[in-house]
Amino acid sequence: MKDLLKIGGKEITSRLFLGTGKFSSNRLIPDCVKASGAQVVTVALRRVDLEFEEENIASYVPGECILMPNTSGARNAREAVRIARLARAAGCGDWVKIEVIADNRYLLPDNYETVKATEILAGEGFVVLPYMSPDLMVAKKLAEAGAAAVMPLGSPIGSNRGLKTRELIRILIEEIPLPIIVDAGLGRPSEAAEAMEMGAAAVLVNTAIATADNPVAMARAFGLAVEAGRLAYLSGPGEVREYARASSPLTGFLRE
Amino acid sequence: MLGVNGLKVVVNGKEENVAAGTTVAGLVAARGLRPDTVIIEYNYGIVKKAEWDGIVLKENDRVEILRFVGGG
Repeated sequence: MKDLLKIGGKEITSRLFLGTGKFSSNRLIPDCVKASGAQVVTVALRRVDLEFEEENIASYVPGECILMPNTSGARNAREAVRIARLARAAGCGDWVKIEVIADNRYLLPDNYETVKATEILAGEGFVVLPYMSPDLMVAKKLAEAGAAAVMPLGSPIGSNRGLKTRELIRILIEEIPLPIIVDAGLGRPSEAAEAMEMGAAAVLVNTAIATADNPVAMARAFGLAVEAGRLAYLSGPGEVREYARASSPLTGFLRE
Repeated sequence: MLGVNGLKVVVNGKEENVAAGTTVAGLVAARGLRPDTVIIEYNYGIVKKAEWDGIVLKENDRVEILRFVGGG
């Protein structure tokens, strides 16, 4: 049975999306992409720092991947739209992760500006995946605005604190007819597996892989966890009960 | 100092003096940047590489030289 994730007319086999920030060396990126199986890979757009020679990140992402530029650095919808248009014009394709953040301590997204940017960019033919604070009404508005998926945070970006917003994400999965992709905060493969068991369509992981002692092995661990969690979701987990229920027959005991 | 033939432009948010006649392509080349690794925004509009040669900078032009970096 093929279990494909369909977004923006593309069929995706891997439900782990990989971010490319914070790696100690860009040379780790192709190995992590391979080890994780990721097909969707995020990048950011920044001013060239003339004092510090940087490499072009896109050259480290295998050609068969879908490159998803984010709009990080944008503080409002207008800036996010500007970044998205630049990235597309640069040949990055139609996919964009909307990220509008004006809060520097917790890096929580501005849901209101995110809805505005989503509406504009979806209208321009972008495949829009907005990063958001999990909120049902906002998710509905994002769906109406033309989002291709909704990406609620599990906990603050880069915090590795896991699925703190579990209940709100569960509601989004239940109520929103779009793929729900848990983005940000997942720190352990078990947390990614849990999100997938709940019915998340995919997860996006960056910090947990990039900052592990062995990023390539951690990329594989997340890939396996996402696959396991998805398979468990599709398999229909058994009922949770308050009291014990014997697994072995309660008859024919060898008693005196 | 602004030379007789120089003009002031803003590159990545910083004021710079460039010689009259400098093109966008020249601005990129002068920084030792490979054209295929950068993205140019000229006066808030996107310009393709094929157009860089034809754009001669004017006083107070705003140029953004950008590239893709790692990000989540």
